[in-house]
Amino acid sequence: MRIETPQQLTRLRKDCLARFNRHPQKIHVCCGPGCLANGAQKVSDELKKVIKKKRLKGFSVDALKETGCHGFCEQGPLVVVEPAGTFYTRVKVKDVEEIIDKTIRRKEVLERLLFTDPQTGEKIENYRDIPFYARQQRIALRNIGQISQCDIDEYIAVDGYQALAKALKKMSPQDVIDEVTTSGLRGRGGAGFPAGRKWSTCARADDSPHYVICNGDEGDPGAFMDRAIMEGDPHSVIEGMIIAAYAVGAHEGYIYVREEYPLAVVNLQKAIEQAHEYGLLGDGILSSDFSFDVHVSRGGGAFVCGESSALMKSIAGEVGEPRAKYVRSVLKGLHDKPTVLNNVESYANVPVIIDKGGKWFSAIGTKKSTGAKAFSLVGKVRNTGLIEVPMGTTLREIIYDIGGGIQNDRPFKAVQTGGPSGGCLPESKLDLPVDFDTLTEAGSMMGSGGMIVLDDHTCVVDLAKYFLAFLVDESCGKCVPCREGLYQLYGLAVAISEGRGTEADLDKMEKLSDTIVISSLCGLGKSGPNPFLSTIRYFRDEYLAHIRDKKCPAGVCRELIRYEVDPQKCDGCMACITACAQNAITGKKKEVHTIDQDACDKCGACLAVCKRDAILVL
Amino acid sequence: MNHDLDKLPEIYERYPRTPQSLIAVLQDIQKEFHFLPTEALKRTAEELNVPLSKVFSVSTFYNAFSLHPRGEKIIRVCVGTTCHIRGAKQIQEQLENHLKIKAGETTEDKKFTLEVVACVGACAMAPVVAVDETYHGGVTVASCRKLVKKSKKGKKS
Ligand SMILES: Cc1cc2nc3c(=O)[nH]c(=O)nc-3n(C[C@H](O)[C@H](O)[C@H](O)COP(=O)(O)O)c2cc1C
Repeated sequence: MRIETPQQLTRLRKDCLARFNRHPQKIHVCCGPGCLANGAQKVSDELKKVIKKKRLKGFSVDALKETGCHGFCEQGPLVVVEPAGTFYTRVKVKDVEEIIDKTIRRKEVLERLLFTDPQTGEKIENYRDIPFYARQQRIALRNIGQISQCDIDEYIAVDGYQALAKALKKMSPQDVIDEVTTSGLRGRGGAGFPAGRKWSTCARADDSPHYVICNGDEGDPGAFMDRAIMEGDPHSVIEGMIIAAYAVGAHEGYIYVREEYPLAVVNLQKAIEQAHEYGLLGDGILSSDFSFDVHVSRGGGAFVCGESSALMKSIAGEVGEPRAKYVRSVLKGLHDKPTVLNNVESYANVPVIIDKGGKWFSAIGTKKSTGAKAFSLVGKVRNTGLIEVPMGTTLREIIYDIGGGIQNDRPFKAVQTGGPSGGCLPESKLDLPVDFDTLTEAGSMMGSGGMIVLDDHTCVVDLAKYFLAFLVDESCGKCVPCREGLYQLYGLAVAISEGRGTEADLDKMEKLSDTIVISSLCGLGKSGPNPFLSTIRYFRDEYLAHIRDKKCPAGVCRELIRYEVDPQKCDGCMACITACAQNAITGKKKEVHTIDQDACDKCGACLAVCKRDAILVL
Repeated sequence: MNHDLDKLPEIYERYPRTPQSLIAVLQDIQKEFHFLPTEALKRTAEELNVPLSKVFSVSTFYNAFSLHPRGEKIIRVCVGTTCHIRGAKQIQEQLENHLKIKAGETTEDKKFTLEVVACVGACAMAPVVAVDETYHGGVTVASCRKLVKKSKKGKKS
């Protein structure tokens, strides 16, 4: 069925909404990656089975929605009963029957499945009252968890494609660009370039054709916001892209998706097909003379292909090597034609901006960083998951109020943002507002939204070494400063972590970093030294402990630690003996075990399995 | 090993025969054979009209491609930042011990390939191990043995 006019779309929306709300109650099962890893699919399948078996009045399998990531991954699998918002955590297959019998049939709440607020110890029924959700403002993530993962009717029911209709029928391309400029929207992929300005330059470029591309490469380890959007609400990205294409005069677009995200590819392709059927993609969209089509292009597993020029080469079937920045991709992008490249989350914001107006958007957040930003809040924080907060929210609010503080009440050490291009900020910076500029001034960057919380068991030397190893691996090798410079930095970091470093090495590393920053070709090299530079800036003492005292205070760097059994605590359970691959631990059942230091390779398996805290790290 | 190269024409049919289709075609070949057989690379060069040298350079540039046969099942240890700070290295070592291979290698019976991957995007469940496309979250040193055992028993996926 093709939708020919905005009126038809409005009528369809009414139908969809009626169908969407047909059931007095609905069950949402989170099928995000976290919940799936915990068995959400089994829960959902069982729900379907039980619903069919019980034949309830006014409740059918259609009232069950498999949605995208709800965000509170820590508590998964998550099941939400709407409209009450009853929020069940860690749901198992064996809970299903009772959920249907009690909560659906009799509107009773199952206490044991509710979330317990760790601060007050109280059970919270409605997820909207849980601090993790209550403090968020979801714009890009607005639909995720609210609608089925890949159903255009549900997207239309929640006002989907209304912004497109508005843009096509009531706005000129320039009006669209102006609205986006007014909104102050800055690119969510990390660099924060104003989207309106980029679109405007592309729209004015003489050469043709023009292209729009969506960057779904999401290469930063520790980030999964874009994945959640592509999988959970693919239509919002597609709608944003169609609007962008209309604004800049493009008729063809690409979504470049990371190879590790097969479900995102599937869902995007499904969504594209659905949009075609409704005539929202293809020729003469909504009976206008505007035509646009979009293709999904799968990445090949190279981090550098998230960089704009490398990404465009990869779409063209070539090796993803970046080129020098002075050739601007808005003018000479894909196939050397004018191209707008934006990030997934950037596009997901666009329909809302067109719908509610640029002014509405710019009133959220801070003056220079408007709107809200999605983050993957992970690491040693209690409530790990996916969140979206207004720009300018402080790190402390995010980590403590939403994140619930540090796991196991350990001390906070640092928060890592911006992936391999970013850095670590210590406790003294916790009250900084999170936006594009403030974190950069502090020596890190907001980046694309990975926020990894570290406790005192994380060694910053090890972390710097980790990122450098990652970058050495992912450097495309085209320019020398990045290829060789990062490699040398990595070597020096390894030496320090093994107790072979000197203080002169630190000077060398700082100088070398400067050179790499100044002379690398693309952002990978230019920001590559950041994880080192930010940790040496805030945690020099920890580097010095490795160099002068040959100690790793966090107990991580293997060459500088040893494991021993605490005879007071060891109850001789043999767990560590079984776990030790080197056969370095000996002892009998119920007798204190001992570790042979010569045989021990310090893998830490014993520490990980000991239930008595009897393994000491010295 | 004998590879059914008869499947290639069907793969070529899926895309326009232009150099731009190179990566997509290689991805489909990789999916079909679990690696890129030399003969397939040669045929691809001819079909898409790209120099063999370029096919080779693309095949070696992207991590998704392998020039060596891989196992029936791919076990991937996520070593993304979050998994790293939650002990991914230990998990990797445990799996290496249980499978008696190093990361990047394939077991002699060609059942398993063990790989490390920079991030699978399931960070909230760290540390994560993916067996083919099934994710296992919150993996511990103790649960690695079970995971390998289960994977050995499980059907080919
Ligand atoms: C090495 C490197 C990797 C990058 N990876 C990504 C990525 O995975 N996703 C992304 O959106 N942007 C990435 N970027 C930024 C892009 O180059 C580009 O700035 C961005 O996609 C533009 O979209 P935006 O303005 O909407 O953020 C990367 C940049 C560099 C230098």
